[in-house]
Amino acid sequence: MNSLNNSIERSTRPSVTIENTTYLKAENLSIGYSHQSVISDMNFELKAGEAFALIGTNGSGKSTLLKTIVGLLPVVAGRLSVFGQPPGNNHRRIAYMGQFHHSGFVLPIRAIDVVRMGRFPLHGLWKQMGKHDDEIVMSAMRTMGIEKLVDSPLRSLSGGQQQRTYLAQVLAHQADLLVLDEPTSGLDAGGRELYLHAINDELCRGASIIMATHDIHEEAALCHQVMLLARKVVALGAPKDVITPDALLTTFGIVVAGEQKLHVLECLHGHDDQKPV
Amino acid sequence: MDWLLTPFTTNSFMVQALVAGILVSIACAIAGTFIILRGLAFIGDALAHGVLPGIAVAILVGFPGILGAAIGAAFMIGGITLITQRSRLSSDTAIGLLFVGMLSLGVVIVSRSASFSGDLTRILFGEILGISVQSILIQLAATIVIIAIAFICLRPFLLLSFDPEQAEVAGFSVRLYHNIMLFMIAITVIVSFQTVGTLLVFGLLIAPAGAGALLAKRIQAMMAWAILFGILSMYSGLLISYHFDLAAGSSIILMAISLFFIVFILQNLRQRRTSRSEEASHE
Repeated sequence: MNSLNNSIERSTRPSVTIENTTYLKAENLSIGYSHQSVISDMNFELKAGEAFALIGTNGSGKSTLLKTIVGLLPVVAGRLSVFGQPPGNNHRRIAYMGQFHHSGFVLPIRAIDVVRMGRFPLHGLWKQMGKHDDEIVMSAMRTMGIEKLVDSPLRSLSGGQQQRTYLAQVLAHQADLLVLDEPTSGLDAGGRELYLHAINDELCRGASIIMATHDIHEEAALCHQVMLLARKVVALGAPKDVITPDALLTTFGIVVAGEQKLHVLECLHGHDDQKPV
Repeated sequence: MDWLLTPFTTNSFMVQALVAGILVSIACAIAGTFIILRGLAFIGDALAHGVLPGIAVAILVGFPGILGAAIGAAFMIGGITLITQRSRLSSDTAIGLLFVGMLSLGVVIVSRSASFSGDLTRILFGEILGISVQSILIQLAATIVIIAIAFICLRPFLLLSFDPEQAEVAGFSVRLYHNIMLFMIAITVIVSFQTVGTLLVFGLLIAPAGAGALLAKRIQAMMAWAILFGILSMYSGLLISYHFDLAAGSSIILMAISLFFIVFILQNLRQRRTSRSEEASHE
């Protein structure tokens, strides 16, 4: 996978002139469920064409932050602006992929129908989908390597193929901001490679991406900023500055060094306050 | 051939029953599809029985039963929402609670009526063979409303069935469209009770759409199958009840349930055969 990393490193991306607008801005932001804050006093900014990785264990607050950004959870305190507005006002510009898809096995629905749903926010109740939409849908399916599964029922697909389908749905939206919660969970090596390419294409298009991930080597390394979370902000900055043994230790608890790479052994925090081991 | 057609060519009440039945089948197929996709079967069941006290009161005081059914349904939905929001109980507990309560209340009220068993049977099993033209027209209007709702709300309903969070982020309010869906189910139940009765309307909501879900790859196809199975059970149920002098409503539901199990068994046999032939081809 190293060759891949080299081929799509940030520096080699075509230098498209992207307006220097801020898509996402958090000021003293507190997030949480039903007014109980999980993480308080967050400050960060995400500009057009940038990628932002959230790293942390289960229960560290990654999903809570992503859900707050897309407007599924209310802001507990502080300010969060999405495209200059409070969250939940820009359905046409935001694509979201949650962590759980509960109904995949029940619905009589084909893979292409799932991907087409990615176009719904742009068309509302009424507007007809045209040839242009069909082309985008097909191209998203090709990008994720599932163009041969167009007519397959979703419930007949493997977990990895379903995950590719959900990713194709997000890509089909052609949104300005992609909010992805563990997008590569369940993907095989081929799927991950396609995903990394797709993300790179989205960034070149000028879209921004914020994603929760466990992958500190490939996905996080691709990002402009990385935030380590353990029910507080452990570190925030460029990947090379942030992904350090000490910071990872605070975030995950246990870190094993070997093969010139840092391996993270994940331990579950539960919902108690995190204490460095 | 005579056996299949004469009941309908010689009796106008059979034609009226069939027309009403077809309209009910279409309404139930559409509402039933979303009941199954959204996992709302229990709420559909509760609505079908929760309308009973409303109808009973309406009969006692001489109001149209349909009005009482509407009030009963509104009470049921309101009660479920209230208990779910104001307590830590899950919605199925709330539904179960109200369901049994409303059913008992209905029976208690009907027991004050002079023709107790007659009224109760009529409410529970409908009177499709004595359906009036006016009732057919009301059923027609309701079926049109249900088709319109499903057509207009297809995208949010799809998203809601797929993943409610996805619907919300896409700009379709989950609360709004969930309530519209409940409203659609309620209309179906309220209007259909006259033809097949409150007890049996639930069977028509679930069985044809369930069989459709087994066969279809797409939601539109599932609906089409459900309509087909619904109409088929209507026709065959009426025919059997005519020739063998059986209760019409129950015959129709038995046909619908039988069709479901026939599809289910055939589907399983076919799957077993394909997996066996796959195994054979691997060897």
